[in-house]
Amino acid sequence: MADTRDKGLVAGRIFLYLVLIFLALLFLLPMYVMLANSFKPLEEIRNGQLMALPIDWTTAPWRSAWSTAQIGVQATGLRPYFINSFLLVIPAVAISTMFGALNGYILTQFQFRGANLLFALMLFSVFIPFQIVLIPMAKTLGTLGLAGTVKGLVLVNSVYGIGFTTLFFRNYYAAFPVELIRSARMDGARFFAVLFRILLPSSSPIIIVTVIWQFTNIWNEFLFGASFSDFSSFPLTVALNNLVSSSTGVKEYNVHFAGAFIAAIPTLIVYVASGKYFVRGLMAGSVKG
Amino acid sequence: MRAGWLPKLLLSPSVILVLVCVYGYIMFTVYLSFTASTMMPAYEWSGTASYQRLFRLANWNVSVGNLAVFATLYILVTLVLGLLFAILIDQQIQAEGLFRSIFLYPMAISFIVTGTAWKWLLDPGIGLEHTMRQIGWESFSFGWIKQADMAIYCVVIAAVWQTTGFVMALFLAGLRGIDGEQISAARVDGARPWQIYQRIIIPQLGPVFVSAFVILAHMAIKSYDLIIALTNGGPGRATWLPSVFMYQYSFTRNEMSVGAASAVLMLAAIGVVVLPYLVNEMRKVKHG
Repeated sequence: MADTRDKGLVAGRIFLYLVLIFLALLFLLPMYVMLANSFKPLEEIRNGQLMALPIDWTTAPWRSAWSTAQIGVQATGLRPYFINSFLLVIPAVAISTMFGALNGYILTQFQFRGANLLFALMLFSVFIPFQIVLIPMAKTLGTLGLAGTVKGLVLVNSVYGIGFTTLFFRNYYAAFPVELIRSARMDGARFFAVLFRILLPSSSPIIIVTVIWQFTNIWNEFLFGASFSDFSSFPLTVALNNLVSSSTGVKEYNVHFAGAFIAAIPTLIVYVASGKYFVRGLMAGSVKG
Repeated sequence: MRAGWLPKLLLSPSVILVLVCVYGYIMFTVYLSFTASTMMPAYEWSGTASYQRLFRLANWNVSVGNLAVFATLYILVTLVLGLLFAILIDQQIQAEGLFRSIFLYPMAISFIVTGTAWKWLLDPGIGLEHTMRQIGWESFSFGWIKQADMAIYCVVIAAVWQTTGFVMALFLAGLRGIDGEQISAARVDGARPWQIYQRIIIPQLGPVFVSAFVILAHMAIKSYDLIIALTNGGPGRATWLPSVFMYQYSFTRNEMSVGAASAVLMLAAIGVVVLPYLVNEMRKVKHG
C-alpha cells in the first residue's frame, strides 16, 4: 500500500518537472529563435527552419544591425540610437530617482496640509494612459525648443517617472524607525543632515530597486520616443521598430533578430545580475498604497 | 514634525510638475476634445461634436471591439496561467529560482523586442508554419497573424507570454503569505492537495486576484508598443486598439480633437478600473 503511494508520488514529481521544463522551454523559445537566427545567413532562414541551430554560422547580421543597417533614410545601423538611449536613460534615471528620494523623505517625515491628497495625485499619475498628455506635451516641447531632441525625452521620462519613484521611496521611508530620526533631530541635525547622514546611507536597497525599475522602463519606453523624437534623437526602441517595419527591399530577418537582441541586452544583463531587485520593484509597484 | 519652509520649497518642483504635466495636461486634452482642432490645437468651443464623430467612426468602433476581445482573453488567460504557474512553482521544487527567473524574464524586455520575435515566429512565411512544413507536416497551417479575424489572438498570445511570469510572482507572494496551520489541519483530515487549493488556498487569494486584475486591465487599455511591433494594427485595422486610434487621428490624420476625445475615453476607462482600487488601498493603509 505504502509502496504504490510512493510510486504515485514519484510519478507525480516526474510529471511536475516535465511540465515545468516544457513551460520553461516554451518561455525561452522566442529568445532562442532570435539568437539562433541572428547567426544565420538569410538563405538559411528562408530555406531552413526557424528552430534549427545555424549550419553556416555568421556574425554578418550582427555587424549589419549594429553599424550598417538602414534606419529610415540613413544606413547607420543601431549604434547611434543605442548611444541615444544611454544619453536618455542615465540622466532621466538619475533625475527621477533623486526627486523620488527627496519626495519620499518629505512626505513621510513632515506633516503639512494636503500631503495625502498630493500623494494620491502622484499615485494616480502612475496609471494614466500617456495618450492623454501626448498633445499638450508635444506643444510644450515645441515651445521650449526641445522637440525632436534627446533632452526633451529626458524631461518627459523624468517627469512621468516621479510618481513611481516617489511611491517607492515613500513606502520605504514610511517603515523607517522613527526613533533614529528623532534622536538625530534632538542632536540638532538639520533637514539635509537627516537625509544625507541617516536616511540615504541605509537606502541602498530602495535606491537599487528604483534605479533598476526606472532603467528598465525608460530603456524599453516607446510611445514618448515615437511621438517626440526625430531621426537624430530616436531612442533604440523606435530605431529598432523602424528597422523591422521598413517596407523597402528584402526583409532581412537575421538582421532584425540581431537588432532586437541588441536592444534587449542591457535590460537582460540587469535582470540576470539583479533579478531580485527587479522583482521587488514589480511587486512594490503593484501593491500601491 | 510640521513642515517648515524648506521641505515645502524642495517638494514644490515635483508638485508643480505633476500638477501641470499630469493634471493640467489632462484638462488641456479634455478641453481640446470639445474643440474642432485638426492639425494644430484650436481653442474655439464646439461642444460634443468630436465625440459624436468619434462614435460614428468605424475605426473607433472596431478599436473598442478589438480591445474588448483582447482585454477579456488576455486578463482571463494570464490570471489562470499565472495562478497555475505559481502553484507549480510552490511544490517545493528544485531550482525554484531558475524556473521563476525564466518565467519572469519577458517582463524585463521591451515589447518592441518581443513583438519582433513573435512577429516572425507567427509569420507563416518563415515562422511556425514554415518550420512544420519543412519538418514534413506538409498540410500544417498557422497564418493567424495574416488573417483579419484571427490576428487579434496573436496579440493575446504575445501579451500573455510577456506578463504571465509577473502574475505568477504576485500569486506566489500571496501563496507564501497563507497561514500554514489551516493547511496542515486539512491535510491531517485527509484532504487531497487539489481540495486544499480549491477550498482553502485559492479563496484566500482574493486580494491578489483583485490587484492582478487591476494591473492587467490597465495594461490592456494602455497596450500600444506590442501592437505596433507585432502587427502595426493590421491586417487592415484588424488589431487597432484605442491607443492606436488615438495616435493615428491625433498625429497622422489631422483630427486632433477626435484623437483627444479618444484619449479622454481611454483615461475614463482606466479611471473606472483603477480609482476604486486605489481608494480602497489608501483606506486600508490609513486604518492600519
